[in-house]
Amino acid sequence: MLDFPRWKVLSIFGFLAVLMALAIPSFFPEDMTKGWPVHPRINLGLDLAGGSYLLLEADTSQLVTDRVNLMSDSVATAMRKAPRIDVGDITTDGGKVSFMLRNVAQLEDARQRLSQMTTGAQMTGQRDWDIQVVDSTRFVITPTKAGVDEAIDSAMSGATEVVRRRIDSLGTREPTIIRQGATRIVVQVPGLQDPTALKELLGKTAKLEFKLVDTTADTAKLAVGQSPIGDQILPYPSAAGRGFPYVGYPANKPPVIAVRRAAIITGQDLTDARVQNDSQTNAPVVAFQFNTEGGKRFARTTQENVNKPFAIILDGSVISAPNIEGPILGGSGVIQGGFTFQSANDLAIQLKSGALPVALKVIEERTVGPELGKDSIDAGIKASIIAVILVVLFMLVTYGRFGLYANYAVVINVLVIMGVLAVLNGTLTLPGIAGFVLTIGTAVDANVLINERIREERRRGRSVMQSVELGYKEASRTIFEANMTHAISGVVMLLLGSGPVKGFAVVLLIGIATSVFTAVTFTRMLVVLWLRKHRPQTINI
Amino acid sequence: MRLLKIVPDDTNIDFVRLRYWAFGLTTLLTIAAVALVFIHRLNMGVDFVGGIMIEEKFMVAPSVDKVRKVVDDLKVGEASLQQVGGPTTLSIRLPRPESNDPAATNQVVEKVKAALAANFAGAQFSKQDAVSGKVSGELVWNGILAVVVAVLLIGLFAIFRFEWQFGVSTVVAIMHDVLMTLGFFALTQLEFDLNIVAAVLTIIGYSINDKIVIDDRIRENMRRYRKMDMREIINLSVNETLPRTVMTSLTILLALVALLIFGGHVLRGFTAAMILGVIVGTYSSIYVSSSLLITLGLRAEPTPDKPGKPNAATGAERVGPGNN
Repeated sequence: MLDFPRWKVLSIFGFLAVLMALAIPSFFPEDMTKGWPVHPRINLGLDLAGGSYLLLEADTSQLVTDRVNLMSDSVATAMRKAPRIDVGDITTDGGKVSFMLRNVAQLEDARQRLSQMTTGAQMTGQRDWDIQVVDSTRFVITPTKAGVDEAIDSAMSGATEVVRRRIDSLGTREPTIIRQGATRIVVQVPGLQDPTALKELLGKTAKLEFKLVDTTADTAKLAVGQSPIGDQILPYPSAAGRGFPYVGYPANKPPVIAVRRAAIITGQDLTDARVQNDSQTNAPVVAFQFNTEGGKRFARTTQENVNKPFAIILDGSVISAPNIEGPILGGSGVIQGGFTFQSANDLAIQLKSGALPVALKVIEERTVGPELGKDSIDAGIKASIIAVILVVLFMLVTYGRFGLYANYAVVINVLVIMGVLAVLNGTLTLPGIAGFVLTIGTAVDANVLINERIREERRRGRSVMQSVELGYKEASRTIFEANMTHAISGVVMLLLGSGPVKGFAVVLLIGIATSVFTAVTFTRMLVVLWLRKHRPQTINI
Repeated sequence: MRLLKIVPDDTNIDFVRLRYWAFGLTTLLTIAAVALVFIHRLNMGVDFVGGIMIEEKFMVAPSVDKVRKVVDDLKVGEASLQQVGGPTTLSIRLPRPESNDPAATNQVVEKVKAALAANFAGAQFSKQDAVSGKVSGELVWNGILAVVVAVLLIGLFAIFRFEWQFGVSTVVAIMHDVLMTLGFFALTQLEFDLNIVAAVLTIIGYSINDKIVIDDRIRENMRRYRKMDMREIINLSVNETLPRTVMTSLTILLALVALLIFGGHVLRGFTAAMILGVIVGTYSSIYVSSSLLITLGLRAEPTPDKPGKPNAATGAERVGPGNN
């Protein structure tokens, strides 16, 4: 029992000292600890630091539809290639691309061209599209689940990046942007009080397209929604506004224009976008710059289409349709759209950060003001200190010297938990503070078990040494089993819990692990050192 | 210095004899708790039903009726108001706007914030939660799943480490604890939110902790006094561990009371749940799970040793409680 070698004593002290030292930087302001060689920090959760939490969910239905439409376009293009394969009745009904073959002899050729357009998807060994021939003349191309999942996955990765770039432009402190599950993104911005601006910024996909306007379209047909081949119909802001290309458009119908399906250029070719004031009207406009390749393409197209209008389309709605006065060289220009400074600035940020591959919707939102956060920290710290004092006094009057040792363990345990939390780069939340307080309560349970056992053994008439030895030995098994079950519920909370439940579970689990060490090993060492020195015949417990 | 002993050394309460009374009372209380949940319903927070919750701090205690009128005039749905943490802080609950526009929620929040700031000088927004129906449904499901999985895993653990009777009695006792906690929330109409799920899981963890300690002692005594009647063994074990049970519960209650009084209003529901859970859990350890072992027919007959070290290894001759 009294065998407790010096190296063991030193390593226990050393180990605890290191863990406690890791907690130190968290007590000082961040600027001060920056220069320290090691400075792990406990992050404060939004509920303590104040800030905004947004849970975004992607609307993937549009993505899926777009993908099918794109496939249909590619099929048409592929079949037109020489030697031409005649097809008809291309539809995208029911989320599938389907078309008829006019010449059955070309079946194998067509199949070959189609199979080149599909690739393996994910690790499933499945292809991304499933090709079937019905009645030996009709091809049906169905998107496979693996293919759709892969498309969604890559769109979400892209979206996460775009969200990050857009939020970075706000210049806020340390935002956290994490993908969650298949179609969600969690955004946490500490210190942000008003999430309105943030939501405005994330609310648009900002898909910018420049398309030529079809000026030859029949206005009467347009008004009833009939589009010329190769065109698409888009609503126009106002028929009376500048640049409306059609004379004699029915005044009682909502204004629309027909544009060529194929874009001259898209937002992907942008290298820069920023707010400017228009030199004539002084109204805010968004100035943009294309990359070299895009700039050339734009110059060529404008050169070929002088005196014709082109439409600037954002997220499927026309912003304006200016006339091409002359070739636009140099790859730069401005978008006028009756902006306010704020909306122009938002658009510039959105364009520069790229279009979102999917539309995102806010499905959960939590904001905590800095005042409440500060109040919560203050209250939490106050409650913890009072809890420690109460528990310490209670242990002292109940177990005397043994209570004192348990108290050392409790105080050290609090610091050790903080150290471990800092090293793990953990986040302390308000429920986490509750976890602390609860750990203070449960950590002494181990010592209660040991001390009660020692009392029992003493009552049975055992010697001091024997009682202490048996006390630790017998109680250790119970402590292990009790903590195991406690840990089970902690792990369940960590894995299945959401938000506050997780924050609580982290502290609880760390606390269970460290408290076994401080409450059993550490106090045992203190007791042994004392017994060895004084060899008491009787103990007050 | 004379040390404090909350439970006197020679305590020997016949808990087992009390068990029919205890079962009756427990059953009655549990039925009452379930009935309360069905009749009163839980006051579900926005976490679980969706909606908007705004917490506003005022310079001086406002008239709740006036605040209600200001919010009602905005026509953003039926508001329910509640004082939280003190007379100057109000929480305002609103239904989620029925609109697919993602900005709709925000507009409501902005409207309320602006109206309050205009009508009450110095009114300050301190917190805002908006949860969509979809997310709240998932949160409910996750919460239930977490509780069920935790109970099952712990039951399995108890069966694995002890006899099956321990697993069953523990799970029954824990279900009792959870139901009582739910009943408490139905009775008090305290808001039931995500924090409370954490509290319920912690109660489960704590309560099981308590039961394992007693179970462990029962197992130890079963091996030590192979001839002793099961009732006596259970009585002995519960009495032997009683000082520890009381001591630990009191310590945790001390810490929790500190949290309840000084921890701020955000954690109040959580702490209240925990305090109730500690009391209920301690009760069920003594009266429900241990006594249930007899009903389930646990016998002290020699059984193959489960993992858990037999006490004979210490080579110590033990003395029964009568010899103290």
